[in-house]
Amino acid sequence: MIDLIVFLVAAAICLVGAVGVVVARNPVHSALMLVMTLFGIAVHFVAQEAHFLAAVQVIVYAGAIVVMFLFVIMLLGVDVHTKLDLGGLKGQRVAAAAFGVVGLGVLVFLMTRVEDGITSQPAGTPIDPNTPDINQLAHSLFDQYVFAFELTSVLLIIAVIGAVILSRKPRPELEESQGGES
Amino acid sequence: MFGDPIYRDGVDWGDVALMGFKVLLAFVFLLVATMFMVWFERKVVGDMQNRIGPNVAGPWGLLQTFADGVKFFFKEDLKPANSDPLIFRLAPYLSAVTAFVAFAIVPVGGVFREGEIDTGTVTLFGKETYLQVADPPIGILLLLAVSSIAVYGVMLAGWASGSKYPLLGSVRASAQAISYEAALGLSVVAVVLLAGTLSTHGIVAEQAGGLRSWFWLATGVVPFGVFLIAATAELNRPPFDLVEAEQELVGGFHTEYSSIRFALFFLAEFMNVITMSAIMVTLFFGGPAGPIFFGLDWLWPTVWFFAKVLVFLFVFVWFRATLPRLRYDQLMHLGWKVLIPMMLGWLLVFAAIRQHRLDNVDTAVAIVVGLVLAIGATALLMAAFSAGDRAYERENTIKDEVGG
Repeated sequence: MIDLIVFLVAAAICLVGAVGVVVARNPVHSALMLVMTLFGIAVHFVAQEAHFLAAVQVIVYAGAIVVMFLFVIMLLGVDVHTKLDLGGLKGQRVAAAAFGVVGLGVLVFLMTRVEDGITSQPAGTPIDPNTPDINQLAHSLFDQYVFAFELTSVLLIIAVIGAVILSRKPRPELEESQGGES
Repeated sequence: MFGDPIYRDGVDWGDVALMGFKVLLAFVFLLVATMFMVWFERKVVGDMQNRIGPNVAGPWGLLQTFADGVKFFFKEDLKPANSDPLIFRLAPYLSAVTAFVAFAIVPVGGVFREGEIDTGTVTLFGKETYLQVADPPIGILLLLAVSSIAVYGVMLAGWASGSKYPLLGSVRASAQAISYEAALGLSVVAVVLLAGTLSTHGIVAEQAGGLRSWFWLATGVVPFGVFLIAATAELNRPPFDLVEAEQELVGGFHTEYSSIRFALFFLAEFMNVITMSAIMVTLFFGGPAGPIFFGLDWLWPTVWFFAKVLVFLFVFVWFRATLPRLRYDQLMHLGWKVLIPMMLGWLLVFAAIRQHRLDNVDTAVAIVVGLVLAIGATALLMAAFSAGDRAYERENTIKDEVGG
């Protein structure tokens, strides 16, 4: 009973937030709606006994990533009255609708198969109830899948360095004067 | 086992009532403590500056904050024309509510004994429970989560005010909070690594063996120092109060706020000081641990806890009265180039020293290898910093020549 109430409330929070992200006129309001959705998902995680994931969800997504979004929005000073429907790609709306329907179909198909396929054990039960979930997570990340984990971190570093290089403006006058000196 | 013993055998209405009582107690305590904290700060700063401080309302001016609070309630609530009405109203509550929530994980009492499996419990109304509002499995991570939400309060307040100085203040505040959260988290990692648990109750229980198990060397110097500095920055307290640098930004993010909404920001700031002091006591100084002399066994730990918290409250006030404010580039330099590398290096050495026991390596060898690695890494980092500084200077001189 309590599980159902928690699920319904959290799902409502997620959905209202998700719709709000799209509907809100002001980009800052959209970002805040996104935070609301992330919170709803965190509640779902807690209900599934994935406490650590819930904490990470709030710390990383709500606490860092959306803050970065807000930073960009505030610093660029996006006007509330900016017209958002400026044409866009040709046929984009039709394609979006088509892919949306296909995606929904796949999702519904998967949900009908949940019973026999995806869940080998009932939801909300940890794999090993006697160890905290963070220990189990650490074992899979740093033991079982350590190679993939390290590769991901390398990928992130490459992305950071790439961003730094791309965002450095070439300064012709600098190069010239350096060339002139030497 | 982990978790509050009250939940072990199902939850009945008595348990719910007890939890409600605990929440109410923590709420009232924090409000009253904030009231006296403001008085304490004004009085101590007054003493340090050879002034008297508040002395009119009540004995020794004790009721000054109460009077201020009542005044705030009756002030006109202004809302700038340019502001975003919804978010302008939401922001103060985000600040205040997060300030309350963080205190929930602090164990404020209970007799902790070394080696006992289920230690630190008290019996309230015939039910065995912990003397803390909640002991979630994520424990100390809740502090980080809550403080990352608290950023929103300040940030949105500045943006929603719809004027320049608050926006500048809030951008400063969020950049500062995000930068120092990294250092704060890393110093918490050291404690968690040593205690082997995230739960604050577990961390306190690990330190229950008296002075020698207070993690002196491992976390008492470097991680504690980093935590103290990062916490001060996270709280936007002097010397890191660039957020509301009066000479530059009028009042920072709360310039446009008045009446009770301003009071909420004020409340949140001082409440966070109390919470951070309590967290420091919990992580580094054994929480409610301390000798029990006579009589009431359950009372002494709480007394010790509040005595320790008071020391840190004084330290924060002391900072305010004595240290000049940093420049913004100094702040960022300290956070990113000093605290974070130092903490990472310490974690590396610390993890190596811990791992050697599992691998059956000689302790001396482990320490020497760890130190050599740490010194090598520091040298590399220093080389990188100085190279960066040289490149920066070279570019700037060229720019001056070209543009000049």
